[in-house]
Amino acid sequence: MSDPKPFVDIRHAQKSYGDLEVLKDIDLSVQRGQIVAIIGPSGSGKSTLLRAINDLDPLTGGEVWLEDVQVNKKLPHRQYEKHINQVRQQIGMVFQHFNLFPHLTVRENITMAPKMLKGLSDEAANKLAEEQLEKVGMIDRIEYYPSRLSGGQKQRVAIARALAMNPKVMLFDEATSALDPELVEEVNLVMKKLAEEHMTMIIVTHEMGFAQSVCDRVLFMDQGVVVEEGPPDVIFRNPQNERTRGFLRKHLEGANGH
Amino acid sequence: MDFELMWRVYPFFLQAAWVTIVLSVLTAILGLTCGSLGAAARLSRHAILRFIGAAYVSVFRGTPALIQLFILYFGGPQIGIQLNAFQAGVIGLGVNIGAYMTETIRGAIVAVDKGQMEAARTLGLSKFQAMRKVVLPQAMRLMVRPLGVNINALIKGTALVAAISVIELTYTAQRYIGSTYRPFEMFLLAGVLYMIIIYVTGRGVAYLDRKVRIV
Ligand SMILES: Nc1ncnc2c1ncn2[C@@H]1O[C@H](COP(=O)(O)OP(=O)(O)O)[C@@H](O)[C@H]1O
Ligand SMILES: [Mg+2]
Repeated sequence: MSDPKPFVDIRHAQKSYGDLEVLKDIDLSVQRGQIVAIIGPSGSGKSTLLRAINDLDPLTGGEVWLEDVQVNKKLPHRQYEKHINQVRQQIGMVFQHFNLFPHLTVRENITMAPKMLKGLSDEAANKLAEEQLEKVGMIDRIEYYPSRLSGGQKQRVAIARALAMNPKVMLFDEATSALDPELVEEVNLVMKKLAEEHMTMIIVTHEMGFAQSVCDRVLFMDQGVVVEEGPPDVIFRNPQNERTRGFLRKHLEGANGH
Repeated sequence: MDFELMWRVYPFFLQAAWVTIVLSVLTAILGLTCGSLGAAARLSRHAILRFIGAAYVSVFRGTPALIQLFILYFGGPQIGIQLNAFQAGVIGLGVNIGAYMTETIRGAIVAVDKGQMEAARTLGLSKFQAMRKVVLPQAMRLMVRPLGVNINALIKGTALVAAISVIELTYTAQRYIGSTYRPFEMFLLAGVLYMIIIYVTGRGVAYLDRKVRIV
């Protein structure tokens, strides 16, 4: 069986910080509409891999492709900046610590980039912001400043901000790790909704339950390599690798401990 | 204490205080300009510019402002720089305080959470756009108070230009001492006027700081 052409394609990704090799020859292909979870112990390189996709942490070797555009192609500085700004508009990213702009209201957080980069009128941008906030259930906080929102609300706004650029793929780097436990669910619900809309997503997460219920595929990373990957049922119920088993034992226990 | 004498000379001190104020304002404008350029250089991705920025800061913070002023005013003509005392005062003090302001402004910019630049770049903003729309507005709020400290130092620093005979407050006090032999009264008068200028400026800075605070 031949797969359709991958939507996001990472080939031979390699990354070193000095002598420390953080990513060791990683391949990852994601189809359109697919939802991939990346799990693994802290320091295994999950964030580095995710941040290589929009070149926030440039690879030292290998290629990243978004459809038929190479994200990390070699270009002279100016041309490269133009190219990467274009590419990044198509890749939404959600951070552990939200990174909302504290000097702007919820509305302005969302309208800024579409207005600046896509030339949307105030009216069109406001309409867009309202749509996106409706979707994440935050429309009633549209005039708030981020400092007056809870962590879960901030993260939902951050998701709306990313969605407002109409991205082809969404990257989540431990989007719920900084949240109080009772606020995790509201963010998970938004992500599930995106899943139902067939948004292509790559999700770094510590929440095994979420990965299992939402994702099509799970990658287990350790020490810069993909140790094992497969459908969630296989990875969580019947992992083949000893390291995967050890990791899951710890994490599933932790999750059941409550 | 001779209050009668102080009453008699104080209009001349007021005039001199006005010179000090004008000197301070011009110096602050030049200082902020140098400080902004210096900070931009210090944060540039070009090593040469970073070096120039760092050299500027260490030279002008590493030598007495009075020496810098003397080199400019007395040494300047030797290398073809002809300035009157007032011009030399503004330029000398402005470039000097600009070195301190460079560090203040740079410090405020790097104090803005790195995640802010990242989030903006992730949306597709250029480095310049992200700076202008996201990082600088937040840095501004952080720099008001420390720039206020720089401006406080700058106002007091204007007393140095008395040494190149700019007729500002300190020089005026010295001149009246020459004719009245009353240093206590004359310096006290100058001191009180400095204090008023600094107090008012301080209130202005505090007001600005409240206005720009993040809601
Ligand atoms: N800027 C950096 N400089 C040096 N080492 C780094 C840097 N960023 C990350 N690392 C190292 O790279 C490894 C992988 O980090 P990361 O991708 O953040 O792991 P994870 O997200 O899986 O916890 C870690 O050992 C970390 O210490
Ligand atoms: Mg991480």
